[in-house]
Amino acid sequence: MNGPKLRVLQIDLTERRVGVLPADGLEHYLGGIGLAAKLFAGLVDVQAAPLDAHQPVVLAGGALAAFFPMCTKGVAVFRSPLTGGWGESYAGMRLALALRLAGWDAIVITGRADRPVYLSIGPHGVRFKSAAALWGLDCEEAGRLLRQLEPGRGFRSCLRIGPAGEKGVAFASVNVDTYRHFGRLGLGAVLGAKNLKAIVIYGDRDYPVPQPKQYREIYDQIYRQAVRTDVMEKYHALGTSVNVSVLSELGALPTRNLQQSTFEAAERISGRAFAEGSLVRKVACAGCPVGCIHIGLRRRQFAPGYEYESVALSYDHELIYALGSLLGMSSPEKVYDLIEAVELYGLDAISAGVLLAWLTEAQQNGLLREEDLGCWLEFDRVEGYLKVLENLVEQPSELYALLAQGLARAVERLGGKEYALCLGGHEMAGYHTGPANLLGLAVGARHSHLDNAGYAIDQKASKNGWDSARMVHEIMAEEKWRNVLNCLCICLFAREVYTPAVVQKALAAVGIERTGEELMALGEEIFQLKNRLRSQLGYSSERLYFAPRYFATPALGRQIDPAQLQEMLELYRQQAGV
Amino acid sequence: MPKVLTAPGMKKCIGCYSCMLACARTTQGSLSPQKAALAIRTVGGLQSRLVADICRACPDAPCAQACRCGALVPRSGGGVKFNPALCLGCRDCVEACIVQVIKFDEVKNRPIVCIQCGTCTRYCPHGVLLMEERA
Repeated sequence: MNGPKLRVLQIDLTERRVGVLPADGLEHYLGGIGLAAKLFAGLVDVQAAPLDAHQPVVLAGGALAAFFPMCTKGVAVFRSPLTGGWGESYAGMRLALALRLAGWDAIVITGRADRPVYLSIGPHGVRFKSAAALWGLDCEEAGRLLRQLEPGRGFRSCLRIGPAGEKGVAFASVNVDTYRHFGRLGLGAVLGAKNLKAIVIYGDRDYPVPQPKQYREIYDQIYRQAVRTDVMEKYHALGTSVNVSVLSELGALPTRNLQQSTFEAAERISGRAFAEGSLVRKVACAGCPVGCIHIGLRRRQFAPGYEYESVALSYDHELIYALGSLLGMSSPEKVYDLIEAVELYGLDAISAGVLLAWLTEAQQNGLLREEDLGCWLEFDRVEGYLKVLENLVEQPSELYALLAQGLARAVERLGGKEYALCLGGHEMAGYHTGPANLLGLAVGARHSHLDNAGYAIDQKASKNGWDSARMVHEIMAEEKWRNVLNCLCICLFAREVYTPAVVQKALAAVGIERTGEELMALGEEIFQLKNRLRSQLGYSSERLYFAPRYFATPALGRQIDPAQLQEMLELYRQQAGV
Repeated sequence: MPKVLTAPGMKKCIGCYSCMLACARTTQGSLSPQKAALAIRTVGGLQSRLVADICRACPDAPCAQACRCGALVPRSGGGVKFNPALCLGCRDCVEACIVQVIKFDEVKNRPIVCIQCGTCTRYCPHGVLLMEERA
């Protein structure tokens, strides 16, 4: 059985028209990235720029969304203004549930509104509402007003951009329900170019339990694994921030723009330091009993005497890396101040941190002067970084307008490419583990550590003595299987729980029969589909550039061999056909 | 003494909705947490605290008093028993609920009433919800 009919909502902002997009024959993809990629393929204009009004944005949920624990993600597909290529990003919190309750498997948005609007997508259909009062507001204040303006409390999802998206910063993010984001590859700028400040999704659609006994058995099995075993322990204990000190000890924590891979202050900004000093609560995405979202309290004196303000911010490894170790930050308070800024502006934290780290070194090298940036940057000092973030949004000079296009474009004009931590035009995530990480970031569909977990493959290779061929094999296999998990929009933290057998059983419990072979074939098909789309959008593995910095700084205690990386790249090209 | 639902640990709540999902699927045969007889919600967005709207198991249940078709009858120890076969869908119980936690299923034309079964507590990962004997 192929699965239930898919329902796709189409919204044209230019004409202010809505309708149901025929999705016959797409049931095969189950939803998520498969469905979104296929819809995107049919609508994208490969000749037009990423911020062109015609370019589509596709949001999709998965076939198991809200039906099983940890099936909590929504996916967005778009043409990335950062890389010019394939844009794919995931967000949790209430989004998957809201899409489910609104009754849509996917939402396709095209066109550009003639003035700022937000979309209210509910049981009544779609309302185009003026965002005149919201335009210019930061993510927090926009969210507060939308909560006040829109119904569906507790079950709605509220996506909004900040000033960075409005001003076209190529790595602007979309805030999803305060603590989650479509962070990477610039969806915020795409929405900004469409004059679309926000999207609120809610509904009241009901779904009967299909086969109660079968459903209960597999639900309980998954729930027990999540709650009563240690499979998910890493995520609900210290959270991903546990990696900070672990990676530093291993010699794999990018520090001071990757001038080092160990950080002498790692313990001071470790997951334990954050938890013991400032963790106030944990929250979960709707339908996930794990609760991996760690919320810390930044308490700050704003005037002499006992004048304090405080803000609750979520933190995790990637934030502490990009706005912490990579900038040499020696205290959680400093990291929090930068997290708060990127949250309010609506910027991708990783891309912002990597850019700030490069700017710091560029100034130290004399490539940029103090008057160029309007401030002097030093590792471990917050003030200059806050000023640069503000200017990236405001873009008071040509230099800042260039920097707002992302690091890869900036170094093409300014130089300093040899220590710019980009791969495929995307700023690197918080691991420096070896060749599999570098290759994984370079060839992965979105140049993200989440494409294929090359960082984990490096660590396994180191323990098990894997050669280049084995590492390449693992990278490809992982990316293909993740395509399946991403069709279902299962949180990748739960990948150990959702084995192929469990996925099959969960699908069967909601009436979708798939063999293990069919699932693997689906992963392969999406891998090929994405590669074709990426090529059409300009990606070529032959144009990849690996900055010398990656080879100069030890990874897991040893230098990465450029020849080995090249060998792995060739193997990958042959096997993936790209 | 029968036990009744309490939410003594809301400060520990992570907002995962597992309780609502368990209630909805078990008592209503629905996969939608909106069909649950309890609601976990924020008061002012996710930066605020989470609260639980639950049946308070009133000793002299106003909902049962308001029910004139015999579908809701007081339960020993607090709360009510619900017999859907007798329900006419008049919504008097919804209006009578002092804490406004009785929802109404428009399709089935009957209220969604907490029957103090405790299913929700078994799916609460942090022991936020409990079934407790009333002091």
